[in-house]
Amino acid sequence: MAKVTIDGITIEVPDGTTILNAARMIGGDIVPPTMCYHSKLKTSGGYCRTCLVKVSKGSEKDPRPMPKPVASCRTNVMDGMEVENLLSPEILEARAGVVEFLLANHPLDCPVCDQAGECDLQNLAYENGKVATRYEFQKREFEKIDIGDKIQLHMTRCILCYRCVKTADQITDGRVHGVLNRGDVSEISTYIQNAIDNDFSGNMIDVCPVGALTDKTFRFKSRVWYTKPVDAHRDCPKCSGKVRLWYKGEEVLRVTGRKDQYGEVQDWICNDCRYEKKNTSDWVIEGPSHVLRDSVISANHYESLKALKATIDRQRKGLPHGHKTTLGHGALDPNNTH
Amino acid sequence: MAGKKLLLANDHIEGIRSLRVYRQHGGYQSLEKALKQMTPEQIVEEVKASGLRGRGGAGFPTGMKWSFLAKPEGVARYLVCNADESEPGTFKDRYLMERIPHILIEGMIASSFALGARTSYIYIRGEYFYVARILEQAIAEAYEAGLLGKNILNSGFDHDCYVQVGAGAYICGEETALLESLEGKRGNPRIKPPFPAVAGLYGCPTVVNNVETIAAVVPIIRDGGAAYASIGIGKSTGTKLISASGHLNKPGVYEIELGVPVEEFIYSDEYCGGIRNGKKLKAVVAGGSSVPILPAELILKTANGEPRLMSYESLADGGFASGTMLGSGGFIAMDEDTSIVKNLWNFSRFYHHESCGQCSPCREGTGWMEKILHKILDGNGTLADVDLLWDIQSKIEGKTICPLGDAAAWPVASAIRHFRKEFEEYVKNGKNIRDVKHYYRLNNLVEI
Repeated sequence: MAKVTIDGITIEVPDGTTILNAARMIGGDIVPPTMCYHSKLKTSGGYCRTCLVKVSKGSEKDPRPMPKPVASCRTNVMDGMEVENLLSPEILEARAGVVEFLLANHPLDCPVCDQAGECDLQNLAYENGKVATRYEFQKREFEKIDIGDKIQLHMTRCILCYRCVKTADQITDGRVHGVLNRGDVSEISTYIQNAIDNDFSGNMIDVCPVGALTDKTFRFKSRVWYTKPVDAHRDCPKCSGKVRLWYKGEEVLRVTGRKDQYGEVQDWICNDCRYEKKNTSDWVIEGPSHVLRDSVISANHYESLKALKATIDRQRKGLPHGHKTTLGHGALDPNNTH
Repeated sequence: MAGKKLLLANDHIEGIRSLRVYRQHGGYQSLEKALKQMTPEQIVEEVKASGLRGRGGAGFPTGMKWSFLAKPEGVARYLVCNADESEPGTFKDRYLMERIPHILIEGMIASSFALGARTSYIYIRGEYFYVARILEQAIAEAYEAGLLGKNILNSGFDHDCYVQVGAGAYICGEETALLESLEGKRGNPRIKPPFPAVAGLYGCPTVVNNVETIAAVVPIIRDGGAAYASIGIGKSTGTKLISASGHLNKPGVYEIELGVPVEEFIYSDEYCGGIRNGKKLKAVVAGGSSVPILPAELILKTANGEPRLMSYESLADGGFASGTMLGSGGFIAMDEDTSIVKNLWNFSRFYHHESCGQCSPCREGTGWMEKILHKILDGNGTLADVDLLWDIQSKIEGKTICPLGDAAAWPVASAIRHFRKEFEEYVKNGKNIRDVKHYYRLNNLVEI
């Protein structure tokens, strides 16, 4: 066991735990944001540099601070290590820099991007970015590529997190999905656009933190925040069968894997479940998915309504009698009795 | 008087490239001594005692690097020679391999014996394909003479050495990217730890050393570590190959004893013979394009007014505020007519082109800096752009997986630090600066 202190909070974790996972065990705001790390994918992480932290004390044995910021997702804790994340102004500055770099060549076409609303880059930029960009040159552009008949690759939006490459490598058979070229013209490729007909290829869509890999069966059907996520399962011979159905009215618009609070897929699902089973009768419904309150998907969402009502009540009690306030969208729900 | 030469002592001899002539002039005696009279531990001790430091750029003590090598039972160990000499301004390894390939082969075998490596690789950059042929020829000669293969010189030591040609990527000079490339993968740097000494080539403990470092093992074994350590100054022991280029009367590869004053190196007839066409020195990049550029007054004398020496410590004196690094020894001198901004743009263009694209600050930042510099050079820049450049480089430096980010950031930072006026001049009058030399003369912008 190793004792590590992150932003002044001490926790004891098993040896070999990364700083990031130790921070996740503590939870809350001090967890560094991640874009490329995915706990289910081996050797992922280290590329995006958003999870940089400062190690102000190396360990009990060797208390020297580390000379440079380290990627918390790929650095293991040592006993007695002290880490600064939110407490270090340099780290916040560096992270804002990374956000700016990631957005420099990102098209910012969120209004027409299917990922908008469940996009890790959007969230990262809201929380850590600056208001405006200083990048004034033409952004790089790529042609859209079809990867098989179900997935579209739009490289222009890609932030080269390598998650899909690792997925293709580790989940699917045969290596057909890699990176071509180098530097800022690197692109995810499938080696002359070989169709990926592996049963689990659809998971690449789920691991993509941005809108670079999208589900062609869902493209432009709906904004994600107009759909309602419901957890469901079926007895699938190929995969765990634990999925999330995205409803609009009675219709299942798409099926995805279940993501946890860090945007990581919990169980890989097969393409049959993802593309072929779009009727409610195919599934055993478990109930509404847990959606974090700060997610835009939770706007108009029934599950968060209770919490929202409680918050509104609390706020109202604190306000002078008769004082009118502007409420969030949830308050406008017809089921809301207040 | 001429300094002592250890590597290039015989480089003028006709036919030294061949094994026959090389042996006539004392070649492979170090190997014989190593195999017959010394134990591997003794060789490592000699290298430690010599104070030899990595000649590829970082200057890490070689003996210490060797002693870090993990030695688990039953696991192969490798020695890899980094001949991917891609740092702009550096061409010493090429010269050495071209002229005296056998000194490298001898060093490879002796070092492998010290490290217990059954197999070694020379990873050479794609642009040096003809040098690779020379090395292959030398290796073939060595096999024929029983210096490679099974039971070398009846010592019972078996060793095989292979040459692998890269595809010509700067990033493959970074040791972990080199190993990836050697394994046949895309040349992306690995995330460390684990370091190659623990898990390197094919996951086995590996030592990666520069060509010059491995060659230097030959004189160290021959004369002993103490003799090597007696050359040089302080912790900068031995001799160093310097690739001198730029506006010099006599550019070329020089073997210097570490500790030669920079002024002597530039102006004495033994070395570079002064600045071309009788012009004044404006700036020097002392260790390959990635180290900070220094104006003439700071390269000749430190901030304290002491004469600057060609050594690891003296060149680094004053930190990055007023110092630089010895790096790989790519000594680029620029005369008074040189445009620092244009030169920086050229460097930045190189780093933009060579960034592997793995981590975001380097992938996006290098291209951004190049574009801003191009804009400034075109006369469309603003003062805010200069500050933006500074900000971008500070957000790349130290935040990337490998040192390429630093290498791209340092030239920008140092050029702005020491030559900010020139940037401002470009911002103000950039459209008029078509002919830099003419413009500078006209406006008396040369201050030195």
